Amino acid sequence: MTALIGPSGCGKSTLLRSLNRMNELIEGASTRGTIRLDGRDIHDPDMDPVQLRKTVGMVFQRPNPFPMSVYGNVAFGPRIHGVRGRSALEETVERSLRAAGLWDEVRNRLHRSALDLSGGQQQRLVIARLLAVEPEVLLMDEPASSLDPISTARLEELIGELRRAYTVVIVTHNLQQAARVSDFTAFLLQGELIEFDRTSTLFTNASDRRTEDYITGRFG
Amino acid sequence: MNAATHERLARLLVGAAAAITIALLVTVVMGVAAPGAAHITPSFLFTSPRSMGREGGIAAPLAATVLLLGVALAVAAPVGIGTAIWLTEYLRQRWLVAFITFATESLAGVPSIVFGLFGFAVFVLRFRMGWSVWSGGLTLALMILPTIVRTAQEALRAVPPGYREGALALGATRWQALTRMLLPAAWPGIATGMILSVGRAVGETAAVLLTAGSALGMPRHLGDPARSLAVHLYILAAEGISLEKAYATGTVLIILIVLVNALANRLARPPRAGKERWPWSRRPSSNSKKSKSVTMTCRPSPASRSAFRARR
Repeated sequence: MTALIGPSGCGKSTLLRSLNRMNELIEGASTRGTIRLDGRDIHDPDMDPVQLRKTVGMVFQRPNPFPMSVYGNVAFGPRIHGVRGRSALEETVERSLRAAGLWDEVRNRLHRSALDLSGGQQQRLVIARLLAVEPEVLLMDEPASSLDPISTARLEELIGELRRAYTVVIVTHNLQQAARVSDFTAFLLQGELIEFDRTSTLFTNASDRRTEDYITGRFG
Repeated sequence: MNAATHERLARLLVGAAAAITIALLVTVVMGVAAPGAAHITPSFLFTSPRSMGREGGIAAPLAATVLLLGVALAVAAPVGIGTAIWLTEYLRQRWLVAFITFATESLAGVPSIVFGLFGFAVFVLRFRMGWSVWSGGLTLALMILPTIVRTAQEALRAVPPGYREGALALGATRWQALTRMLLPAAWPGIATGMILSVGRAVGETAAVLLTAGSALGMPRHLGDPARSLAVHLYILAAEGISLEKAYATGTVLIILIVLVNALANRLARPPRAGKERWPWSRRPSSNSKKSKSVTMTCRPSPASRSAFRARR
């Protein structure tokens, strides 16, 4: 699990969005450099961005449940990837919701609108929706930024569990969060990667002066 | 004048304006419906006009109206929604989008008789379709197309970008994101636009008279000439055939419009719980009786009840 930290506007989100080629959807975006997934360049001409986004899933800053039922949200991914049949879908939905720690809260309201859930529940629903397409890498763009402290704690707990099974890259403004949950940390400043190291090393013994200044709260 | 008096006077003025509006509306509707309502009987609705409309009912014009609207919508809805999708989802050149949007908006404001003239010149004469349901329906399609494009465009634009991104980030193709996420989410707006444009087409008189003709007979197929309700009303009144029947026809038109608008209101409501996909498609069934009853106990609004029925 890798955390991306740095002051606002330093390019954390952009870097994250490059990892599943979401930037291409923005007008006028251009890309340089190479990103490899299991040794394969993700910009390789025969790499299908749609397939890539299935493998490398993303959670956004603001929870974005679709305006449908809880069930419909989680089943959305499997359905578009061709899963048919009620029992297969129901099983996937339950497994994903359990994995996201939401099952017990929504098991009796699967067919009610997902928009009626609380912000924290919505964000976990979005994660369940993601897990349902069986990705290998999870990208999270400040997933807790719009949540209250209790929801944040629950979400962090969930992320802590997910890191065992998935490669996770998380953007965060919360340094304690980065220090708590991640194995590696990258510090970015004005679009440049300043330092990348084991989290423990970076937080205790930064090799770059700017990293140290940021971590100790001297700017940013 | 002190502030309180000022406030009271202002309230009085806007209140008076509202009262005038309501009074006028009631007068107009009652003015037509009061003399008309008594003549609306089953036989008026289900028999065709005889002796130029002096006797009999409005079965033929009613059928003609439905056919004309059917043709218009069948042509204009797919083309209009497709155009809106292209404008919002595929076309990247902003200036071109702005230009086409402006052109469409202007087209929506063109007087309908201009479309009528075009339809007459092109469909009736050039393509030798004559006065027919086809010619009239296609002319109406042209007339309502800009409205459908604009409302569908706005409805699609109003879908939060997070939905799009969310669907794409799950590995949906653009087409899947469109058909499974965007169109269902924008559907209430799109449907409202279609229905309101139908409302406009129902009352269209001159353009239809020019392209579908004014034959009194029941149209047997789409190549037949036909007289819509609005045209029927116009001829009944203009040629002094029967003011009684004209009032009754007018009342039927008012009722039609009210029904159309009520339908639009219903569809314009935000999507409710469990509206998975298309409003008319079957919902995935829940696994047990228990969760069905749960669905029922949570706020059984008419919409969710009908969704529930649809699921069965």
